[in-house]
Amino acid sequence: MQIDWFHFTPWTALGGGALIGLSAGLFALLAGRIAGISGILGGLFTLDGWQSAQRWRLMFVLGMALAAGLYLLRFPSPDFALSASPVLSIVAGLLVGVGTRYAQGCTSGHGVCGLSRLSLRSLAAVLSFMGAGFITVFVLRHVLA
Amino acid sequence: MRNLIALLAGLLFGLGLIVSGMANPAKVQGFLDLAGYWDPSLALVMAGAIGVATPLFWLARRRSQTVLTHEPMQLPANTTIDRKLLLGSAAFGIGWGLAGICPGPALVAIALGKHSVLPFLLAMLAGMLIHTRLQR
Repeated sequence: MQIDWFHFTPWTALGGGALIGLSAGLFALLAGRIAGISGILGGLFTLDGWQSAQRWRLMFVLGMALAAGLYLLRFPSPDFALSASPVLSIVAGLLVGVGTRYAQGCTSGHGVCGLSRLSLRSLAAVLSFMGAGFITVFVLRHVLA
Repeated sequence: MRNLIALLAGLLFGLGLIVSGMANPAKVQGFLDLAGYWDPSLALVMAGAIGVATPLFWLARRRSQTVLTHEPMQLPANTTIDRKLLLGSAAFGIGWGLAGICPGPALVAIALGKHSVLPFLLAMLAGMLIHTRLQR
């Protein structure tokens, strides 16, 4: 294994991570809920008509969009490089959408919140998606490429 | 009040994703590429997040009502580790590896005006709808 020192950004990673943890922790204390993005989005797509329980989910999503808007007011647009083609993106998106709903959580719900709650169920989910992610990128970059 | 809390939490969460670099798929794939030039940043994002969130969740778990709003706590009680959890997570992990995007960054990226994330985002929402349909 070789560390990519050129792209490694330890301080912004720790600082940004701390902001994410602060958000998730405060949300648990103040709203009594898990700040899990797949659950929040999935809850908006229950198709059971508009319920008041969906309003806070919409507000959370709006807050995330607002973060992007405010960031762009002050700073240049951050780096963004997507190597997947549109077709591969669609396959990936479907897997992420269906998978996170079956697992009832993604990197935020199981990763950040679940591990912070010391949940074994979330640890199992994290090991499963991290393992699958490592294997997928290995196949993508070192077997198929 | 609950809506304001959600808005501010979403704001903080979104800023964290942008500052940490996790809204950039190349950085996520750089972490998942153990056999190439490995970018450990994502591990530090998780460490920073878990380090701050753990004491707050510890406090939250000791309460039956939320702070300020005094509503019942609704933190998950499910501890089952079953096929749905493991296979669902594995499917998520494959999609995550293929594109380098998970649900939070997909939202933030489109809000940043990164239009190339749109096929992924729409497919992800479609996948969530498919799950909802299959559940009934």
